[in-house]
Amino acid sequence: MEPHPPQNPPPPTGDEPGWPERPKNVRRLIALTIVLCVAAVAADLFYSKHGHYGFENITGFHALYGFFSYVGLVLIAGQLRKFLRREEDYYD
Amino acid sequence: MIENLPPGMILILGALLVPFLRGRVAGLYMLLLPVLGLAQLLALPDQYSLNLEFLGYELQPVRVDRLSRIFGIIFHLAAFLSVLYSLHVKDRIQQVSGLAYAGAGIGAVFAGDLITLFIYWELTAITSVFLIWASRTEKAHRAGLRYLVVQVLSGVLLLAGAIMHYEESGSLAFGHLGLGSTGTQLIFLGFGIKAAFPLLHNWLQDAYPQATPTGTVFLSAFTTKLSIYALARGYAGTDILIPIGAAMTAFPIFFAVLENDLRRVLAYSLNNQLGFMVVGVGIGTELALNGTAAHAFAHILYKALLFMTMGAVLHRTGTTKATDLGGLYKSMPWTTFFCLIGAASISAFPLFSGFVSKSMILTAAAEEHHLGAFLVLLFASAGVLHHSGIKIPFYGFFGHDRGLRTREAPLNMLLAMGCAAALCVGLGVWYEPLYALLPYAVDFEPYNVTHVVTQLQLLLFALAAFIFMYKVHLEPPEIRAIHLDTDWFYRRAGKRLALSLGASVQSLWAAVTGSALGVAGGLGAWVARVHRPGGPVGEPLPSGKSALWAALLLFAFLVLALLVSDI
Repeated sequence: MEPHPPQNPPPPTGDEPGWPERPKNVRRLIALTIVLCVAAVAADLFYSKHGHYGFENITGFHALYGFFSYVGLVLIAGQLRKFLRREEDYYD
Repeated sequence: MIENLPPGMILILGALLVPFLRGRVAGLYMLLLPVLGLAQLLALPDQYSLNLEFLGYELQPVRVDRLSRIFGIIFHLAAFLSVLYSLHVKDRIQQVSGLAYAGAGIGAVFAGDLITLFIYWELTAITSVFLIWASRTEKAHRAGLRYLVVQVLSGVLLLAGAIMHYEESGSLAFGHLGLGSTGTQLIFLGFGIKAAFPLLHNWLQDAYPQATPTGTVFLSAFTTKLSIYALARGYAGTDILIPIGAAMTAFPIFFAVLENDLRRVLAYSLNNQLGFMVVGVGIGTELALNGTAAHAFAHILYKALLFMTMGAVLHRTGTTKATDLGGLYKSMPWTTFFCLIGAASISAFPLFSGFVSKSMILTAAAEEHHLGAFLVLLFASAGVLHHSGIKIPFYGFFGHDRGLRTREAPLNMLLAMGCAAALCVGLGVWYEPLYALLPYAVDFEPYNVTHVVTQLQLLLFALAAFIFMYKVHLEPPEIRAIHLDTDWFYRRAGKRLALSLGASVQSLWAAVTGSALGVAGGLGAWVARVHRPGGPVGEPLPSGKSALWAALLLFAFLVLALLVSDI
């Protein structure tokens, strides 16, 4: 996998980094996501699930399914890129 | 008189007057057309139809029922929002073709027979291609031609199928068709092309990103949803649609992960959303068909909204490539905000429109025990979050700040985005009016604890997976590249095959003509040699010898005559 392109030099306008760009705020957003994730799974313990399939009623099933679907999707797509990638002017 | 026009005609005929109007009058007039059209549609009673006999065929140019009505309503809404969004465009070609295209799409959903459907079907193709060509680039010109060929082919299949179906059944009525005969199978294929079935899909991702910033907003609403309507009308409960639709939800998202052009990402995402609707048609129960209609309704709004935000970016910066964008939230805060609403809606977060429609289809799949399809749809729901929920807003408006500083979108664009965003949230919270429009009576409650919690788990953990993959550098980076899809077969392999076939025919022809010329030349040279003075027959013969030859010839003729005649 290729490394991410390096961050461009600061914008020519020289303005301050905005709220979503400050590392402290990024950490806050990540922390918020984690808290929400924990809360969403914990919520499973406080009601009786009415999934149509038995496996849907396992605590945190959708959480795991969402996480691994995403990871699988991204990893497989990364492998596909090796075969499918062409230059932008390929058809020109 | 206007109230007697078939639905859609107000827009089609009204479009023809647009070139004669100027300035604000033209703008107001164009906004008024979809409003008038919608008012006319709402005034038509349920089960209204217009029948006529033409050359001995029973045609039904207008048929209003609950299924056609909901598609008619959302098409009018989409037309209004698209016109509002493109109000600053002064290009007459785009103004006329956009309105006529919307009108053709509306006309098609009220077609009660296959011939009327065919006429509107082709009209959507012919009118919409100008929205692509209006970009006036070489790439757009070529993509438009490919688009037109595919769209017309879809119409030809529909017509051929309709004729065969008429021969077999004696009816041209557009009701339930099923896959029972070759004719209806051809129609199915024609619908499948326009619905962007897997392997027949690539015209969509090829053409839509080449249209003008405003043209793509029009395009995103009508063509594909018309074919979803047509499938729901003709092929509800056709089992094969379940695997087809499931595949449609899954495979385009891999391409959406890789694609650099964010409007093409949205085109792949559109394809994925169509898959949910196709599965709903395939399941075919009342709940599933309600889900398909509701999802089409919600989807047209949030997909148009997302294309609007990317169109605004393209309008202001000249690009929608992820590698060139980032940090635009500073210059375009309202567009960013609307994009986030569109992203939340397509991802189906509770309180947004996608949630109240998609959960119907998922519930229908589970209730009818389509476990495989259910799991694929669940996977695709997590995948939607990647490309439309995260990638579009993140790489477009946040991500790496490339130093792009521009202005907020024009006021009319902001108004259109604002209306669409309000509808996305409105339908998510106050969904009863939408449910009241659905084809069948609704016995479904989207907001129960299980639905809400499981959907939040799915989405929040997919979001957590994004953060994780981004942090460990496993998220595929945005790169300046294209990724091959099925259009390779006709843009590269087919082209090469055609060119090499042409070259072979040419060289074969050259060989044939070359050797024929050689033979003729040799023969000519031989005749010239034997006849030249001093050659074998060039010498003057003595009279005695001549007489002998003449006698011999005569003798030979006589013998021949004796042999062949019946004496």
